[in-house]
Amino acid sequence: MTVTEKTLADGPVDPLDVLPIADEHRVVDNLDLLEAEAMLVIREVVAELERPVILFSGGKDSAVLLHVALKAYYPAKPPLTLLHVDTGHNFPEVLEYRDRQVGRYGLRLEVARVQDYLDDGRLSERADGTRNPLQTLPLLDAIAEHRFDGVFGGARRDEEKARAKERIVSLRNEFGQWDPRGQRPELWSLFNPRHRPGEHVRVFPLSNWTELDIWRYIEREQIDLPSLYFAHEREVFQRDGMWLAVGEHNTVRANETVETRTVRYRTVGDMSCTGAVVSDAAAVDDIVRETALSTVSERGATRADDRITEAAMEDRKKEGYF
Amino acid sequence: MSTSTLLRLATAGSVDDGKSTLVGRLLHDSKSVMADQLEAVERASRDRGLTAADLALLTDGLRAEREQGITIDVAYRYFATAQRSFVLADCPGHVQYTRNTVTGSSTADVVVLLADVRHGVVEQTRRHLAVAALLRVPHVIVAVNKIDLVDYDADKYAAVDASVRQLADQLGVVDVHTIPVSALAGDNVVDESNRTPWYEGPSLLHLLEQLPIEAEELAADRQVRLPVQTVLRPQQAARDPRFVEYRGYAGPVVQGTITVGDPITVLPSGLRSTVTGITIGDREVSRASAPLSVAVELADDIDIARGDVIVGGDQQPVNARDLDATVCWLSERPLRPRARLLLKHLTRTTQVIVDDISGVLDLHSLVAQPAETLGLNDLGRVRLRLANPIVAEPYSTSRRTGAFLLIDPSDGSTLAAGMIREARDPDSAESAERDLEARSQASQDWII
Repeated sequence: MTVTEKTLADGPVDPLDVLPIADEHRVVDNLDLLEAEAMLVIREVVAELERPVILFSGGKDSAVLLHVALKAYYPAKPPLTLLHVDTGHNFPEVLEYRDRQVGRYGLRLEVARVQDYLDDGRLSERADGTRNPLQTLPLLDAIAEHRFDGVFGGARRDEEKARAKERIVSLRNEFGQWDPRGQRPELWSLFNPRHRPGEHVRVFPLSNWTELDIWRYIEREQIDLPSLYFAHEREVFQRDGMWLAVGEHNTVRANETVETRTVRYRTVGDMSCTGAVVSDAAAVDDIVRETALSTVSERGATRADDRITEAAMEDRKKEGYF
Repeated sequence: MSTSTLLRLATAGSVDDGKSTLVGRLLHDSKSVMADQLEAVERASRDRGLTAADLALLTDGLRAEREQGITIDVAYRYFATAQRSFVLADCPGHVQYTRNTVTGSSTADVVVLLADVRHGVVEQTRRHLAVAALLRVPHVIVAVNKIDLVDYDADKYAAVDASVRQLADQLGVVDVHTIPVSALAGDNVVDESNRTPWYEGPSLLHLLEQLPIEAEELAADRQVRLPVQTVLRPQQAARDPRFVEYRGYAGPVVQGTITVGDPITVLPSGLRSTVTGITIGDREVSRASAPLSVAVELADDIDIARGDVIVGGDQQPVNARDLDATVCWLSERPLRPRARLLLKHLTRTTQVIVDDISGVLDLHSLVAQPAETLGLNDLGRVRLRLANPIVAEPYSTSRRTGAFLLIDPSDGSTLAAGMIREARDPDSAESAERDLEARSQASQDWII
């Protein structure tokens, strides 16, 4: 790109600091195409629905999704609320990042807390201690309570094979369920988010992005991320072939040894089931290089919850998970 | 590191043509399969008592698909080479999933069809070629598979090649290629095979790296089309005080290159103005090409709303309230004459009445038959009357401004994919004459 860019992250622009105008802007990179498609999807669904919301976990995909949404409505504020489903097993850096982004752009944030459900007995803790599967009920309750009709998520089709079959605009019935065999055909760029009262659509504008695209875009657009995506020293221990962080939500068992390692995270989820990778990649360009060379998918590397069965994600999605 | 372009391809084929194996091979041999994914496939293959990894399991993601050994739904896969990034829509081959082939083909630059060299052109091949022709997919590649099972026999390939080309001609497929491959053994999938010395063309992957991309061709078109998705008016909520007075029209450039200083017309109102600014997010640019999503500012304060189209160039679309169209019916509920539905075209949704069902295409004989109703997977011809005008062009001119959806007003479901053959403004003087002409043509050039 030959354009000197001012990014959204730079905040208000000095009127005297006039943006240089590029001679022309033609598509020069697949990131331009992916961004254009994501902006089109966001604008289209928001225009046709009443109460759109972005599921914002503070992870890199939701950070990119928010960035694209801000661009789609610039210089106006995007007409979307943010919703965080809080497992209670958060990395503190991620909560701090979430609040920073909300403040910076003056957005509205709703939080649905798994802990509230555990406290009053609507949910109970699982034997394996992970809370990721417990997010479904608070999520569906929040959607019903706020009458959200378009629920945007940063999920990508390259993450997992059940996700590879999901539409960009995907219908959920009254119970929040996904019916993989009864999906609407999605033709041309004509997105159809219409639904009956009580139903809603999940919307995945980043469907066609890969993990490498996400990192190249973060680099290009200089998108702010939680610090744990970058290499840092952390006390970790090995369980089921994954490096888990020592913290209040992870109890080290007798046969496990705590070591200090230089690690980073490829995904951010519930602390109890999200593993770190050993890496020296401390800056975005290092991560882009490392991702391009990686031979293991991000979920394979770091998510215990997808290893339970061959259809673990499909089953959770049918129940109304992200 | 930076890939300059993105090619969208769709794959289709009969059951057992080895389509999933071909896709698995393409992903595997282009090193797009991660070690943990391959390990999962190997584990699942062993569980099934297979000796080698069944690459079909890479794409068959749903439980029912793995249990029945079939592909049910379009699966999207991603791979990249040093030349290009690829988005692959892997479409099921069963007759009852023709609607998925239509879905996958609607956005494809290229459709890759599988044919078994031992069986040649079968009904499914005809159906998929007809769909590719109907949807005006710019390129079709027929992978003539299982060449290893006929001992790499040049004559057997040549016979399939000849019948594919004859059929493609008859159907009006825009551009067709054939390649002898073995998905199982890997011949001509990623690398050119030395077991087919009589074939001088590129491997499948090399051909995919070379084909022109539709988005780039659309960008070069001079006829700008920008459907307005939303009007951006930050007013007092502007994130920057400079923008309190800002009014931008946001949407995708679906065709052409829009330039600051361009004279434009807003349709259907017909009001004219000049482009004074173009932004992509917070970046100002002087020009932007299809398919970028932009916001434009105009010199005049004119009334523009969602659904309007900003148009450049000298070939103006019609404000159509009367359409003659081909539809692929996607629903189990049949279409009957007089049905009242919704039509979504670009960013406008309007009520529509189905005036007439004039025929259904028999995909075997490729001849139109009279029809009273249209059922699931039928390709039929209809006449539609619209409550509000749309800014329409024939699908043969533009895959963007010529396409629409029919939607069920009661539950919002997508009922049909529509392609405009003729768009008419019933109030215009020449309309009546063209109407007659269209009717007399209707029974002839059926497909395209």
